[in-house]
Amino acid sequence: MSQADRTALFPHQHLLGIEGLDQQAINYILDLADKYAEQNRKTNKKADILTGLTQINLFYENSTRTRMSFELAGKRLGADVINMSSSGSSIKKGETLLDTASTLNAMQPDLLVVRHGCSGAVKLLSRKVNCAVLNAGDGKHEHPTQALLDALTIRRRKGRIAGLTVAICGDVLHSRVARSNIHLLNIMGARVRVIGPSTLVPANISALGVEVFHNMKPGLEGCDIVMMLRLQTERMHGGYFPSISEYFTLYGLDYDKLSVAKTDAMVMHPGPMNRGVEIDAAVADDLIRSAIQEQVEMGVAVRMACLDLLTQKKRNPGGGASDGCGGASSSEGTSGRPHHQTKKPGMEI
Amino acid sequence: MSLYTLYKNARLLDPASGMDMIGEIMTCDDKIAELGQRIDAPEEAAVIDCMGKCLCPGLIDMRVFVGVPGADYKDTIINTGEAAAAGGVTTVCVQPVTDPIIDDMARVEYLENRARKARVNFIAFPAITKQLEGREMTEIGLMSHAGVRAFTDGNKAVANPALMTRVLKYAAMFDALIIQHLAVPELSDGGCMNAGALATRLGLPGIPTAAETIMLERDIRLLKSNPCRYHAAQITCQDSIDVIAAAKESGMAVTAGVAVSHFSLNEYAIEDYRTFTKLSPPLRAEDDRVAVVNALKNGTIDVIVSGHDPEDPESKRVPYELAEAGVIGLETMLPVALELYHNKLIPLLDILARMTCNPAGILGLDSGVLKKGAPADLCLFDPDVPYRIDPEKMVSLTKNTPFDGRPIQGRILRTIIGGKTIFEYAP
Repeated sequence: MSQADRTALFPHQHLLGIEGLDQQAINYILDLADKYAEQNRKTNKKADILTGLTQINLFYENSTRTRMSFELAGKRLGADVINMSSSGSSIKKGETLLDTASTLNAMQPDLLVVRHGCSGAVKLLSRKVNCAVLNAGDGKHEHPTQALLDALTIRRRKGRIAGLTVAICGDVLHSRVARSNIHLLNIMGARVRVIGPSTLVPANISALGVEVFHNMKPGLEGCDIVMMLRLQTERMHGGYFPSISEYFTLYGLDYDKLSVAKTDAMVMHPGPMNRGVEIDAAVADDLIRSAIQEQVEMGVAVRMACLDLLTQKKRNPGGGASDGCGGASSSEGTSGRPHHQTKKPGMEI
Repeated sequence: MSLYTLYKNARLLDPASGMDMIGEIMTCDDKIAELGQRIDAPEEAAVIDCMGKCLCPGLIDMRVFVGVPGADYKDTIINTGEAAAAGGVTTVCVQPVTDPIIDDMARVEYLENRARKARVNFIAFPAITKQLEGREMTEIGLMSHAGVRAFTDGNKAVANPALMTRVLKYAAMFDALIIQHLAVPELSDGGCMNAGALATRLGLPGIPTAAETIMLERDIRLLKSNPCRYHAAQITCQDSIDVIAAAKESGMAVTAGVAVSHFSLNEYAIEDYRTFTKLSPPLRAEDDRVAVVNALKNGTIDVIVSGHDPEDPESKRVPYELAEAGVIGLETMLPVALELYHNKLIPLLDILARMTCNPAGILGLDSGVLKKGAPADLCLFDPDVPYRIDPEKMVSLTKNTPFDGRPIQGRILRTIIGGKTIFEYAP
């Protein structure tokens, strides 16, 4: 495939959210991520397509799994990866977001992975830098790579996304994961339901194209996928529900509630889980029903695909006929550069 | 220089009397000396040909924030005056949200002294409560005796109902006007835009219209047993309009204002988190915007304000949730309000009334009218000139306008204060 073809499939400079992507772009990312998932199961997981490129992970909110996942993705692709977190940095000294952005920009990074506690902050930052920006979560707005890794997990287990019924359960109000997933699942043709107490599931969210339920069993009935959300107590000021025990009784996922979903319904959770709060430990650990470990695995693959796609233009500045990767020759064969071979990624639309 | 100036060939617009005719006005020193279709002016009178353009009373803006004292880097009082003049505004009512806060007579005098250098009329609205803390009332009696006309806590509500009751009782003794910012703190704190589907999509904390309406309903309830002159600084939704309309119907001395932004923009102006659209109260849904236009039309809303609030880039070039609320508006108040006239929604005189004789009446000013003996504060404008709003061409030091690039019709040609031209449009 020529660079022009690739650009047509994924014309975006940044990955700031799922809203604004189309089926074609999402499938393209997932196809590429599929190949990285295979590569990640091999002994040699290393590729060199990002050799010489610099990736900065700028995290204004604490994160372990997302930051590590991005770090691992960058390193497996050969990039120089640097982590910067808000504690113990100039951010703590009161530097503004945009000043930090200019400072980092002056260091000529090629990829900026940013998480921030304010909705829209990553988009604001993306306007001030020259490199590709990946949104690793902005406030309550979007977390696109989480939705993509969820989609990849679903596609691998169920073979498709279109036509499935997906229930997103719990603290939708504070969840960027929920918003990105709602956008993605709608774009891909799934039916989306949201379930939770009316204090945590705003009624107007139906404007995003979802069915709203405030009771678990009617909402879960006939579902193919059950996505649990973490209760984000750190974002809650004042009571949104009376007690953990009431919440778990009404909205915690256990086998009883799950029994009304399809017999092969898959359970997902973006992590970290609060066992005994939003999910029963036995369900979480059920290797057949739960895809939680697989989600983490797909996370690295999806992020590798995103880092790859967002640097393609840079690595192939000519944008012309060559189908090779950005100059550096590979000594690792197909395992090292899976998608840069002439083989066209299978399109699934 | 002559004491007299004759403005001839003008379309005289006086909302108070309903006058709309081609005629002449002669000023003598700082007063209007004569007006009519034809005036016999003394020979030495300076003559200004208005070329048939509109001449109305200078605008009175009841809601302006200034950076003086405390934040001169955002705005100087001279600059506010220049921006006002460029917008045809001849009287600027300053909110007490300064550093130090204007909450006693010494500070009122300090501000008004500073303002003398600017050639626009500045009126300070001191705080209702000391330090805007909502705990103890300010020296409302002393300040009223010294000529203060109105009190407000600016962008804060007097939230405590017991204190508000005492404020209304007390202020009534001095016939003082209490101007309330309508927001129940527990419902609005932390919010940064209108609550609704758009806020949900953008992941931003919302402020429900109930935050405004509940505070208004509470105040109306308190006013029923504690009558006092009361002005709702800004109302932005149908529910609040209904409350004001019912209160007026029952004969209460209640008036209401609205900022230009709230009838010319809706919440969708936020687009991609444009911080220049962050306001308090926030921009509302389209239904509420339309309701505000109708309330302006039928007179439920008495006053249009600019809500001018200069914010420097540091307060605005941050994520939406962290940005300061506030937009500039002195220069765009009249041109943007004229959209209501061009769209044939509200007659020209009615629009002008909400920026001239209505605020003058509420504040007890003798300006805001074209009348013999009234202050010679005038605004000459051409309602038809089309152009796009360009922040770079604005006089305001800060450029935080939500109307950047908006196509409008209406240009202020000349602003006269106390008989002197202090602004003249130069292409």
